[in-house]
Amino acid sequence: MHFEFDIEAGDFSNAGYASSKIKKILKQLNLPNSIIKRAMVALFESEVNVIGHSFGGTLSIDIEKDRLHILVSDTGPGIEDVDLAMSEGYSTATKEIQEMGFGAGMGLPNIKKNTDYLDIRSKAGDHTEIEMLIHFDGEGEQGDSAG
Amino acid sequence: MELEEICKIVEARLHTSSHSRSCRIEQAFSSDLMSDVLTLLADNLLLITGLNNIQTVRTAEMADICHILFVRGKQPSEKMIELAEEQQIVLMSTAFSMYKTSGLLWTAGLSPVY
Repeated sequence: MHFEFDIEAGDFSNAGYASSKIKKILKQLNLPNSIIKRAMVALFESEVNVIGHSFGGTLSIDIEKDRLHILVSDTGPGIEDVDLAMSEGYSTATKEIQEMGFGAGMGLPNIKKNTDYLDIRSKAGDHTEIEMLIHFDGEGEQGDSAG
Repeated sequence: MELEEICKIVEARLHTSSHSRSCRIEQAFSSDLMSDVLTLLADNLLLITGLNNIQTVRTAEMADICHILFVRGKQPSEKMIELAEEQQIVLMSTAFSMYKTSGLLWTAGLSPVY
């Protein structure tokens, strides 16, 4: 099953709309709650990132036999230093994002913790593509650290 | 802890149906930072927060949190109540501060996540 959602830059009132739609579908598929929760954290943080940090983009989700394949792509402005963006606490968030309860530099690290595979392809002045996999029998990094 | 007990301890007002979801409240977490809330693995949580916007309800939906208690007299908007009812999330508010609310509930035996 393939689903695609257009995400508009700055549209904070609709943040979570796409994630919510996917949550309903995953629940209908009777996937374990722990997998749904991990997928939702990764999707919702991604949605907020596209809305708050990009010029807009798309969220594409494929529900495969044994995994979720998520591709988030935007039209810019790109991430200058991906390694720095991945470090907890680093943020370029605006006041508007912070007023929504986000922008503390936890988004990307949080996505990493909840996925089994994460690849961020980006450079400054260009677009960003984030590819994620969540295996239905996986635990992500969160599972490793939580024991 | 039962919802009625929590409402009594912090003198909270209910804004949504209290019977919408029969999920027991086992632990509480106080935060205005939604990214922090999204790191939690615990179930049957009460979220105590001063962040009063639609993203608080959305975050609860994503994190499977079915009870939100707004502090410092913050009142949820119609849109927030509508989304909460749709997602079967209970919304409450108290005039008490986050510190006082957390302290009273902790004293009454509601466990913290960490």
